[in-house]
Amino acid sequence: MLKLNVNGKPANFDGDPDTPILWVLRDHLDVTSPKFGCGMALCGACTVHLDGSPIRSCSTPVSAAVGKKITTIEGLPAGVGKALQDAWIAEEVPQCGYCQTGQMMSAAALITKNAKPSEAEIVAAMDGNICRCGTYSRIQKAVVRAGKSVAGAKA
Amino acid sequence: MKKHLLQDKLESSARRGFMKSTSALSGALVIGFNLPAAGAKTADAPMLTNAWVKVDGKGAVTLICHRSEMGQGVYTSMPMLVAEELDVPLSSVKIEMAPSAPVYINAMLGGQITGGSTSVRDAWTKLREAGASARTVLVGAAAETWKVPASECTAANGVVMHKSGKKLAYGALVAKASTMKAPEKVALKDPKDWKIIGKNKARLDTPAKVYGKAQYGIDVKKPGMLIASLAQAPVIGGKVVKVNDAKAKALKGVVNVIQIPDGVAVLAKDFYTAKKGRDLLEIEWDNGPGADLDMESIAAALRTASVNPGAIMRKDGAGIADMDKAASKVEAEYELPFLAHATLEPVNCTAEIINGECHITGPIQFQQGAQYGVAAGVGMPPEKVFIHTTFLGGGYGRKLELDFQIQAAQIAKAAGVPVKLLWSREDDMTHDFYRPLSLHQMTAGLDAAGNVTTFHSKLTSPSVTARAFPPVVQNGKDPFMAEGSENLTYKIPNILVENVIHDTGIRVGFWRSVSNALNAFAVESFIDEIALAAKKDPVAYRMDMLKGDARSQNVLKLATEKAGWGKAAAGRALGVAQMECYGTHSAVVAEVSMTKDGPKLHKVTAVVDCGIVVHPDQAHAQIESGILLGFSSGMKNSITFKNGVVEQTNFHNYPLLRMSETPVIDITFVSSSAAPGGLGEVGVPLIMPAIANAVATLTGKRVRKLPLMSAFA
Repeated sequence: MLKLNVNGKPANFDGDPDTPILWVLRDHLDVTSPKFGCGMALCGACTVHLDGSPIRSCSTPVSAAVGKKITTIEGLPAGVGKALQDAWIAEEVPQCGYCQTGQMMSAAALITKNAKPSEAEIVAAMDGNICRCGTYSRIQKAVVRAGKSVAGAKA
Repeated sequence: MKKHLLQDKLESSARRGFMKSTSALSGALVIGFNLPAAGAKTADAPMLTNAWVKVDGKGAVTLICHRSEMGQGVYTSMPMLVAEELDVPLSSVKIEMAPSAPVYINAMLGGQITGGSTSVRDAWTKLREAGASARTVLVGAAAETWKVPASECTAANGVVMHKSGKKLAYGALVAKASTMKAPEKVALKDPKDWKIIGKNKARLDTPAKVYGKAQYGIDVKKPGMLIASLAQAPVIGGKVVKVNDAKAKALKGVVNVIQIPDGVAVLAKDFYTAKKGRDLLEIEWDNGPGADLDMESIAAALRTASVNPGAIMRKDGAGIADMDKAASKVEAEYELPFLAHATLEPVNCTAEIINGECHITGPIQFQQGAQYGVAAGVGMPPEKVFIHTTFLGGGYGRKLELDFQIQAAQIAKAAGVPVKLLWSREDDMTHDFYRPLSLHQMTAGLDAAGNVTTFHSKLTSPSVTARAFPPVVQNGKDPFMAEGSENLTYKIPNILVENVIHDTGIRVGFWRSVSNALNAFAVESFIDEIALAAKKDPVAYRMDMLKGDARSQNVLKLATEKAGWGKAAAGRALGVAQMECYGTHSAVVAEVSMTKDGPKLHKVTAVVDCGIVVHPDQAHAQIESGILLGFSSGMKNSITFKNGVVEQTNFHNYPLLRMSETPVIDITFVSSSAAPGGLGEVGVPLIMPAIANAVATLTGKRVRKLPLMSAFA
């Protein structure tokens, strides 16, 4: 039995410790916001945070999460989470929307460390997340907007 | 008007073909628009309903979305059309996805299909009338209540008002309205009175998508459900000869192993275990005749087939009879590869068979196809199969296909519990219905002044329609293969467009913009080659050939002005392309430089005339999305076969566009009062010919084969 912490709440997993975090979240704990896209850490749709750092949950075994905090879009700190969601809504970012929770988790890690990233810093942080609909320009605008909101709240 | 003739023919042949090809359907489907009775009253809960509207006694409004939401915004644009005429605020309505039902058939395609950039075009009058019909009944109910003429009453924001100042909310009128008959004719609003159409309304699905609450097919969960991973033959079409499932069954967590016609499924409570169990199956496959196929033999057979006479899709003037009298000739061949759809949400579907009913829940683009396909696949009557459409994590035509819904239903039937079938990315990439590869042989005859007098386009390619809707193809004519060539906008006295259908043995599917992307690459690259041979500027040359076609000339003029045609910065070049497709005119200019790795796209300027723009912000999003999909696929992607097996498996060898590669895109819509044209696919076809034209201008190197980067490897 593995003892996990998902979005601040304790959870147990009684299965193969090699199971990727993604499938524990989706199929056992009913947390479906991280998506499956490739299974090889190539697309970023499955991005969640492990102790605040973005990871590809499709390729990270759940054993690596023991003693650490797993965070999905539902569990982001209120300030950052709301800033991102408000920005994504204001910029009307999603089309099919499938990749967007993963995009937002990568963006959350970025603006938590650096609320006013340059364009190059945004691209560097976000380049591992594929959007097949091509919403990249709106994602960039939304990251800037969310960062400003977070910086403004701190100021 | 050639365009409209073409459209009529496409529509009628597609409709005919759909009816014939799915003969099981013909008894059940009624083509056309039959709005159900205005009122449907139950004992204690009066409700005003028609196919797109439900208003309950408390005034709560539910609008039905009858097209699949795969990013293109129908979850908002369809309700916008209804809400405009129903006169309710869009922000207060609830949306439900439509079931499979004849009333939701797309009259432009003949089935309940989301595709062909038809959603708004098909719905344009129909859904506004559905809203107006319900509003007219509500106004009539108020007039009766007040004993005043209906003409003295108006509706706005869910409230009927009398000129005296009396008001009644829709909810208070539902009891009476639900007993009244729907009007036979309704008056639609004057466009100047629109409050929703043409305005940037918030997408109704955005909050759910950013809160992680939107339900895609992959997110479906049923009580007692198992997850299935399906081993399919390495070569599409192959069959199981023998399976040893002992090791799979011995794996902790594997619940069941089930063989269906397409392969062997391993079931577990999570995908990881199901897939791990599946990888332990020992299967002997009969890969069938497809096992002999590789790219060299496929390409050689395509070329051999190209010498056959093609079906004549368009003949103007003397066709090619006078080609040899031309003062000079330009000839070129263009080739495009097979492509995978690669939706980010891999193919999946959930099936539950309970109490003699089969419920199919998933990312579905063709609801009747799913209903009737599943019925046949599991031996149940179609009226016992119910289709529940989730959000689609991308569609592009892949989710028109019925393979995965039938597989899920067959596995669920054998398992006796609800089953979610989920394909891995590798399954998805290697078992697609691929965009056809193509060979375009183009010849132009020019007079002494350099004007095109004879234009010949011959396409040799597999026919998706011949596979999916065989009866639509009559005498070798697949109307969808002529998209982008038959509707050539240039004024040329003698034109011959012919198509040769050649089945390569690889299964093919409709892929966002279908043949428009193939033919536009050939035609618009070729026009630049002709202009070069005639020593003319490609824009001036096009403008001259578009005389009398104001919409085409306008988009070309605006796009090239905005892009700064003739004023490219040092080390950069501009390339242009223009066309009409889906009733929409557009022109694209690409700004390109060369790097050590090959061409780099910096900026795209697009001008689009799609008539009335229903939802401007999302129209913009669709054009941008189409351009980037065309770019992403055209630069790097191809699907190849070795011994019948697809060689690409995931995003490392079938790379998709990333943020760092994304150009600046400047999009302008022409203001128009013409009826809406299509938008979902319009952005796709022109970006690659525009890039290839810019590359030729910049480097002198003409790339006639996609993916374009393979010329710079």
